[in-house]
Amino acid sequence: MLVSLNWLKQYVDIENQSPEELAELITKTGIEVESIEPIAEQLHDVVVGHVLSCEQHPNADKLNLCQVDVGGETLQIICGAPNIAAGQKVAVAKPGAVLPGNFKIKKAKLRGVESNGMICSLQELGVDEKDIPKEFVDGIFVFQDEVEVGVNAIELLNLDDMIIELGLTPNRADCLSMLGVAYEVAAILDQPFTPQEEIIHPVQEKASDFISVHVEDPDLNPYYGAFIVKDVKIGPSPLWMRNRLIAAGVRPINNVVDITNYVLLEYGQPLHAFDLDRFETDEVVVRRAKEDETITTLDDQKRNLKPDHLVITNGKQPTAIAGVMGGADSEVHEGTSNILLEAAYFQPGAVRTASKDHGLRSEASTRFEKGVDPNRVVRAGVKACELLEQYANGKVLEGVVEFDQLDREPKKVDVTSSHINERLGTTISDEEIADILRRLQFGYEQKGELFTVTVPTRRGDVELFEDMLEEVARIYGYDNLPYTLPGGASQAGGLTLQQQLKRKVKNYLQGAGLDETITYSLTNAERAGQLVSREVKEQAAAPISLAMPMSEEHSHLRLSILPELLASLSYNVARKQTDLAYYELGTVFISEEEQVTVQPKEQLRLSGALTGNWLLHPWQQEKKAVDFFVVKGLVEGMAYLLDLKLTFKQSKLPDMHPGRTADVYLGGKVIGFIGQVHPKLQNDLDLKDTYVFELNAEELFDHYQKEEAFQAIPKYPSISRDIALVVEEQSAAGEIAETILQAGAPLVKDVRIFDVYQGEHLEEGKKSIAFNLFYMDPNRTLKDKEVEDAHEKILTAVKEKHQAELRG
Amino acid sequence: MKDRLQELQSEALEKVKQSEDLKALQDVRVAYLGKKGPITEVLRGMGKLSKEERPVIGQLANDVRESIANAIQTKQDKLEEKAMEKQLEEESIDVTLPGRPVHVGGPHLLTSIIEEIEDLFIGMGFEIKEGPEVETDYYNFEALNLPKGHPARDMQDSFYITEELLLRTHTSPVQARTMKQKDGHEAVRMICPGKVYRRDTDDATHSHQFTQVEGLVVDENIKMSDLKGVLNAFAKQMFGSERDIRLRPSFFPFTEPSVEMDISCKMCGGEGCSVCKGTGWIEILGAGMVHPNVLEMAGYDPEIYSGFAFGMGPERIAMLKYGVDDIRHFYTNDIRFLKQYHKA
Repeated sequence: MLVSLNWLKQYVDIENQSPEELAELITKTGIEVESIEPIAEQLHDVVVGHVLSCEQHPNADKLNLCQVDVGGETLQIICGAPNIAAGQKVAVAKPGAVLPGNFKIKKAKLRGVESNGMICSLQELGVDEKDIPKEFVDGIFVFQDEVEVGVNAIELLNLDDMIIELGLTPNRADCLSMLGVAYEVAAILDQPFTPQEEIIHPVQEKASDFISVHVEDPDLNPYYGAFIVKDVKIGPSPLWMRNRLIAAGVRPINNVVDITNYVLLEYGQPLHAFDLDRFETDEVVVRRAKEDETITTLDDQKRNLKPDHLVITNGKQPTAIAGVMGGADSEVHEGTSNILLEAAYFQPGAVRTASKDHGLRSEASTRFEKGVDPNRVVRAGVKACELLEQYANGKVLEGVVEFDQLDREPKKVDVTSSHINERLGTTISDEEIADILRRLQFGYEQKGELFTVTVPTRRGDVELFEDMLEEVARIYGYDNLPYTLPGGASQAGGLTLQQQLKRKVKNYLQGAGLDETITYSLTNAERAGQLVSREVKEQAAAPISLAMPMSEEHSHLRLSILPELLASLSYNVARKQTDLAYYELGTVFISEEEQVTVQPKEQLRLSGALTGNWLLHPWQQEKKAVDFFVVKGLVEGMAYLLDLKLTFKQSKLPDMHPGRTADVYLGGKVIGFIGQVHPKLQNDLDLKDTYVFELNAEELFDHYQKEEAFQAIPKYPSISRDIALVVEEQSAAGEIAETILQAGAPLVKDVRIFDVYQGEHLEEGKKSIAFNLFYMDPNRTLKDKEVEDAHEKILTAVKEKHQAELRG
Repeated sequence: MKDRLQELQSEALEKVKQSEDLKALQDVRVAYLGKKGPITEVLRGMGKLSKEERPVIGQLANDVRESIANAIQTKQDKLEEKAMEKQLEEESIDVTLPGRPVHVGGPHLLTSIIEEIEDLFIGMGFEIKEGPEVETDYYNFEALNLPKGHPARDMQDSFYITEELLLRTHTSPVQARTMKQKDGHEAVRMICPGKVYRRDTDDATHSHQFTQVEGLVVDENIKMSDLKGVLNAFAKQMFGSERDIRLRPSFFPFTEPSVEMDISCKMCGGEGCSVCKGTGWIEILGAGMVHPNVLEMAGYDPEIYSGFAFGMGPERIAMLKYGVDDIRHFYTNDIRFLKQYHKA
C-alpha cells in the first residue's frame, strides 16, 4: 500500500515528525514501512504558464514558437509537443530549473530562435509513465482546472509529496485504505482523527423505480447495494483527485472511474460503476456462474466461468465477476450518462477463487479477499455519490436498493490487566490500558480491571484475547517490555546420542580430509534411482515424484545422495578443481508403495565421493590417486571410531565398476556399498577415476554402543608370527584373515596382511598372501608350545577352507 | 721410577693433546694404558723397590694412569661431539620447502551456523528435535492454525506429493509433533533445525530448498518478555554483544502476538546505510506467542499453558554474517566456496 503523506496530512497532524521518524514509528508499532521516497525529484522554478500565443517556428516544421505568461513576465519558449495550443495553462520550467536526470534549463537558441525555458510533460517532471493519464502520455501536461498563472506547479501537481510504502501482513487489511492508515497513525501519534461524514443531495426520483436486487447465495454475497446516479458528464476528474491517484500508483482515467478508484483507496471498499443504459434489464441478480457460462471482461478477455465463481448478472447474462472485474458490455464509456453504482460485500473465499482461477489480481479483489469493513460498504457508496454530484454533474437518486443480510455487529473481547501483564511480563496499569484503547478508538466498558472491549469492525483481525494482547503490547511498545528468561522446571537440554554421533562422524570425515556438502533432495527422474544401495532398492517401489514439479530437474525425491555428489564433483572438475573429497550426511526417501499414500520412510544416509589425487607432494615424489583402498580405509576408520565390525563382499551394482565394488555388511545385513563409479558414468560426467561410499548412517549409529568400562592395558607382550599362504587367485584375503582369527581364537588377537604377491616362482592362477599374526594372553606370558599348537590349527583351517598352502 | 712415571704422564698427555681423531686417540690409549704399555711395565718393576717406596710409587702409578685415562675420555667426548656436529651440519635441509600436505576438510557453512545456534540454545537448556521432511498436510498446516482454504497454504507455494503429503514448508511441524509427543502437559523447550522446501524458482535470493531453525518454549506462565530475553541472548552471542535488538509487530498464523526481530546494523551501527536500507536495523527472525489454537490442537490448555516460538533462516544469517551474496552458493558446492568457511 502506497501512502501519500500529503494525503495523510488531510486526516492526521503529522507535522511534528519527519517522514523518516514517522516511518520508524509506524514500523515499530504496527506495520513495516518498506520504503520512504519522494514522489519525484525535488524541483524548483517550475510554474504555471499561460500560453498566450502559439505559432509555427519559422525554421522548423515540428516546433512551435510560444509566448507564455508565467506571472509577471512573458517568456518566449519553443515547444515541440503535438498537443500545445494557445490558451492552455501549462507547467513551465524557467531558466535555472533543474529537471530529473540533472537536466538544466537554460536560455538557448533553437534553429536560430531564442527559447527561454521549457513547457513540460509529466514524464519530464518525474512522474512514472504508467501513472500518467493517457491523454498526456505523448505530450505536454495541460491543466484542466482553474489555476493561477505564475504559481508553483510542483506543489499544484503534488510533486513535493513523500510516499511511504507499507508492507502489509495479511491481518492488517484495515490499512488497505487511507482511513485505516489514518486511524493507525492517529493511534501511534496519539492524535485525534474523525473521518468526514458523507453528504449527498438526492433528487426526487427513487432508485428502486429503476432497479431491483436479488441475491441467490447470501453466504457468498451478504450485502449488495445499488445506487443510481443520472445525467453524469464524463470528463477529467479534479486535479487534487488525480494527484492522489497518481501518488497511490493508480492512473487517472475519467471522473467516474477515478471516483470509484478514489473511494476504493480512501475507504478500502471496492465499488463498481455499470452504465445503466447498457445494463439491458432493470434487475441485478447475483448468483453462482453456470457451468460453461462465459463473460468478456473489461480487458476484452473472454473468460470461462464455473459455479465456484460468483457473478453479477442482469438476470440474463453475467455483467461482472463479483469483486474481480466488470464486463465489457456494461462498461462506463465516454457517452455514459446514467450509472448503476455497486457497493457490495463479497465473501473473501469466493473472490479469491475467482481471482486465482482467472489470474486477475486487482486492487478490488485484493481488498475483498482480505475482507472489507462491513460498516463502510454503504458509506463508501454514498461517498462516491457525493463525489459524482460534485465532479461529474451527477444526480443521485433517492435511496439505495439493497439486499442485506450482513452482520455489522462489532466483536467484544474481554481482557483484564492482570492477564495482559501475566502474558507480557509487564506492569501496565488499568489507566494505561484505558489510554491505549482510547488511542486505538476501541470502545470499552471497564469494571475494575476487566475491560470489555468493543472492537471496531474495520479491525476484523481482532477477535481473541491474544489479538487484544497484541494491540496493547504494540501501542505500549515492544521496546518497553523487560528482558526475562523462562522460569519453570528446567531441563538439561543437549544432543541425543544420534545427534552426537552425527557430529562425531562429521568431525572424523572432515579431519580425514573430506569436505561436507549439502545438495538438493529433489532431483530428476533418472538420478533419483541411480547408485542406490542394494537394501534400499529392495524396499523402495520407485523414487517418489512430486504432483506438480517446477521443473524436470527437481521432480523426484532421491534414494541416494551419490548422484548429487557426483554432479557436484563434475561441476568442480569443469572449473579445473580436480582433487576433491566430498561427503554428505542427509536424508533419502523410501516409499514401499508405487502410488504413495503414507509418509515415506526417511533414512539418514552417509555418502562420500572422491576423485583426483588423494595425496600430492611432488618435490618428495609422493603422489597417490584416490583408489578403492583409500575409500575403504576411510570407512574402516569410521567403523573403528564407532566400534563396529564391517565386512566387505565383492558385488556388482548398476553404474558401478563390476570388479571394484563391494557391499558393506554390518551384523549380517547389507547397509551400503563402496567402490569405483562405472567408467561409462565417469565419462558421462567428465570425471577421472572416482570412488564412492554410500551407507545407512542410522544402522551405523544404532549399532554403536558407548564403551565406558576401563579395560586394563595388557601387561604381557604379544608374540608375532608371520605366515605366507599360497591360494587361488580369486580367493578373498579378508575371508582368509577371518578364518585365521577364528581358528586361532582366543590367542590370536589380530591379523594383518602385509604382502600380496603374484608372478614368478608361483604357479599360474595362484597368489601368495603374507599375514602377520599377533598372539596374546592378557594374563600371562605365552609359551612357544601354545603358539605353535595354535599355528598348526590355523594352517589346518585355512587349508580346509581356502585350500591354502604354506608358501615354502 | 718416579721420574719415569712423570715423564710417561707428560708424554702421554702431550700425545692425547695432539690426537686429531678418535683413531689416534685409541692408539694413545692402547700405547699407554694397554697391558703391554709402559706404565704396566713400570709397575712390574715395583718388586725391586723398598717396602716404604712401594705404596708411594703404586699410588703415583695409579694417579698417572687415571690422569691419562681422564684426558683421553675428555678428548674423546670432544672429538665425538665434533664428529656429530659435522654429521648434523651435513644433514641440514631447506626448511622453506613445503611440508607433506595433510588434507583438511571442513563443515558446510550452513552446518557451522546451525551447530552454533544449536550449541547456543543447548546452553539455555533446549533440546534439539528433528522430524520428517515429507510431512502430512495436518502437521505442516492444520495443526499450525492454517486450516484448509487458508490463503497462506496455496498449492502453488508448496511441493505436494499427494493431496495429504507434501515437502514441509517450514520446520514448524516438528514443534507440533513435539507438543503432541509431550501429551499436553509436559513443558517444551526445543529447537528444530532442518531442510525445508518451497515452490520457488532458484535465483540469488530464492531457493526451492533451504534450511530453518525454529524454536519453541511451552510451559505454565511463559511471558512475552521471556521471548525477548531469549532472543536478546541469542542475538548478542550470535552477532556480537554490541548489537541491539528490537521487536516489531508482524503476522504469522501460528503465533499471536507475532513479531519480527531486527538487530542493529553492524555496518553503520544504527545510523542507516545501504545494507540496512537506511533503517539502521536488519531483520533476523520471526517470532511470537504460540497461538491458543495451536496449543489447543496439541492438547495444551491455553488457559494454563502459554509459550513462544521463533524461526530463523541459517542462509540469511550466513549471508548477513559473511556477506555471501547469492543463496545458490550454499547448494552448488563449489570447492572454492566450501574452503572459505573451513575456519568459520
